[in-house]
Amino acid sequence: MADSTNIGSLQIRNVSKLFGAFRAVNDISLDIRNGEFLTLLGPSGSGKTTLLMMIAGFLDISEGDIALDGASISDVPAEKRNFGMVFQGYALFPHMSVRDNIGYALSVRKRPQEEIRSRVDEMLELVQLQDFADRKPGQLSGGQQQRVALARALCFSPPVLLLDEPLGALDKKLRVEVQEQLKDIHRRVGTTFIYVTHDQEEALSMSDRIVIMRDGAIEQVGTPNELYERPNNEFTASFLGKSNFIRQDGKLFALRPEKIDLRAGTGHADARMSGTIRSITYFGSMKRIIVETAESVEIEVDIDVWRNSETLAEGDAVDLLWTDAAAVELQVG
Amino acid sequence: MQSFTRHFHPGWLIIAPLLVLVVALYLGPILNILWLSVTDPEPGFGNYAKLGESDALLRIVWTTVRICIITTLFSVTLGYSIAYAMVHCHQRQKSYMLTLLLVSFWISILVRTFSWLMLLGRRGLVNVTLEDIGLIAEPIAFMRNELGVLIGMVHYMIPYAVLPLLVSMQSLDTRVMDASRNLGASGAQTFWRIYLPLTMPGLVASTLLVFILSLGFYVTPAVLGGGKVLMVAEYISVQLLVTLKWGTAAMLAALMLFGVLAMLWVMSRFMKLSTVFGGTTR
Repeated sequence: MADSTNIGSLQIRNVSKLFGAFRAVNDISLDIRNGEFLTLLGPSGSGKTTLLMMIAGFLDISEGDIALDGASISDVPAEKRNFGMVFQGYALFPHMSVRDNIGYALSVRKRPQEEIRSRVDEMLELVQLQDFADRKPGQLSGGQQQRVALARALCFSPPVLLLDEPLGALDKKLRVEVQEQLKDIHRRVGTTFIYVTHDQEEALSMSDRIVIMRDGAIEQVGTPNELYERPNNEFTASFLGKSNFIRQDGKLFALRPEKIDLRAGTGHADARMSGTIRSITYFGSMKRIIVETAESVEIEVDIDVWRNSETLAEGDAVDLLWTDAAAVELQVG
Repeated sequence: MQSFTRHFHPGWLIIAPLLVLVVALYLGPILNILWLSVTDPEPGFGNYAKLGESDALLRIVWTTVRICIITTLFSVTLGYSIAYAMVHCHQRQKSYMLTLLLVSFWISILVRTFSWLMLLGRRGLVNVTLEDIGLIAEPIAFMRNELGVLIGMVHYMIPYAVLPLLVSMQSLDTRVMDASRNLGASGAQTFWRIYLPLTMPGLVASTLLVFILSLGFYVTPAVLGGGKVLMVAEYISVQLLVTLKWGTAAMLAALMLFGVLAMLWVMSRFMKLSTVFGGTTR
C-alpha cells in the first residue's frame, strides 16, 4: 500500500501572512521532509492554522514562497495542489454515503468506476469501516467520522496530508486510541503528515518532529525528545510539559519537576536549595509537591510514589537536589 | 388518573385556545367551501363536471398554472442568485441588500403593481425615454398582457423566494465547500455535487412557497393584465360578486386547495417535509 515516498517534501521560505497590519504568520522558514510526521504546536492565535491554510492553498501567501519538492506552489489554487486534508469538525459531505465521500476525489477526477470502487474498498479496510460503506456521515460516531475524513483525504494518494486538529471533537479516552491508529496509518501509507494541534501530549506522542509556534513565529523545532530534554527558551520549556525556572548568575535554567529530588530535613551536602513544603497533591502514580524556598520562589517537584515511600507533610523543611544535566540553560530573550 | 395524565399532556391546555381559533376561523370556513362546492346550486358534482364541459373554465385554470410555473421558475432562479450573492459578500453589503429586499417586501402590493404601470406602461418612463432617444418608433407592449403579469408577479415573489434560500445557505458549513476544493473539485463540480444538493431543502421550500402564493394572485393580474389575462383568483371574485355563482367559485377554490395538497404530497414522497420547513437533515 505504501506509495512512492520520494515525493512530499515542502520548503517554506520566509512566509508571512498579513491581515491588514496584523502579522498572523511572521517570516517563517521551515523544511518538511518527505514521509515525516510533523506537528505544528502552539496556543490559539499562534498562527499554526493560518500556516496550514496557506500550505493547503485556502489563504494567499502575503510574503515568501512555499515549494513542493523544489517547485513553487504559491500560485497553484487549492483544488490543483493535490494535498489531502482532514478538517476540524471533518467537513464530511452529509448528503453522501461513506463510500461516496471517500471516492469523491477520484470521482471528480473522472476515474473509471471500477478503479474508484476498488480503491475505496482499500481505504475502507485501512480505516476499518468496511461495514459502514453505505451509511451517511450523520449515522456514524465521532471517531468513525474522523476515520472517514482520513480515508477521504488519503484516497487519491496525496503527497502531503494536512490535519487541522482532527481529534479536537473526541473525548479523551477515544483520542488516545485514535492517536495510535493515526500513527499506524502514517507508517503504512508513508505520506508526509502535517498535523496542527494545541495539545502538547498529542504532539509528543505522535510526531517525528514538532514545530513550536507563538505569535506567528517559530520558537523551536526538534524531535519530541530534543524539545522536552533541551528546550532553548522559556516558552518551549513551559508549553511542552512543565518546568521550574531558576535564575543563577544572570543565567536562566529550566528544570523539570520530575528531575528534582526531595530530602527531608536541611543541611544535605549536595543540596541546591532548601525550603518548606506548601502543598502535596496526590495523582496515583506520583505526587506533586510545591516547595517554597527561602527566596520565596515556588518550586514544583514530582515524586514517584512507588519509589519514595518517605512520608512528607505540608510544612516540613526539605532540601532540593538535582544533577547538573537536569538543569537546562535557556536563551534569555 | 395516571392513565389520563399519560394520554393527556397538560401542554394541550396551553395551546387549546389557539386550536379552537384555528378550527373555528380556518378549518370551519374551509369545510364550508368544500360543502358549497358540492351543494350549490344543487347537490352533486355538477360544479366539478363544468371543468370538463367549459373550455373557458379550463383555459383559466391552464393560464393560472402556466403563469404560476413561469413565475416560480424565474423567481426561484433569481432568488437563488440573490441569496447566493448575499451569503457570499461582505457583511456591510449584505445588510444593504437585506434592507432593500425587506423594503420591497413591506411595500403594499398595490403600490408595487401601479409602479410597474408608471415604469412600463405605453406612456411610462421606459417607453417615453426609448422613444425620445429614437431607439423605438412605437411603444413596446410591456403591460396589459401576460408579460406584464409575469414581470409584476416575479418582482413581488422574489423576497419570498430569497428568504428560505438565505436561511438554507447561511446554515451551510463552508468548510464542506473547502473540503470539496481540497479534494480536487472545480468550482462547477463543487456547485453541482455539493452546494446544490445541500441547499435543495431551501430550494424546495422556496419553490413551494412561491408557487402556492402565486396560485392565489389577484391584484397583479387584474391591473397589469388589463383584463386580458384572467387567472383563477380573479375569476372566483367575479363569480362571487358579479354572477353570484357561489358553487362554481367554491369548486375553483377547492380545486386550488387540492392542487396545493397534492403538491405537498408529491414532494413528501421525495423528501421529508420537516427538512424543508427547517428541521434537520438527519
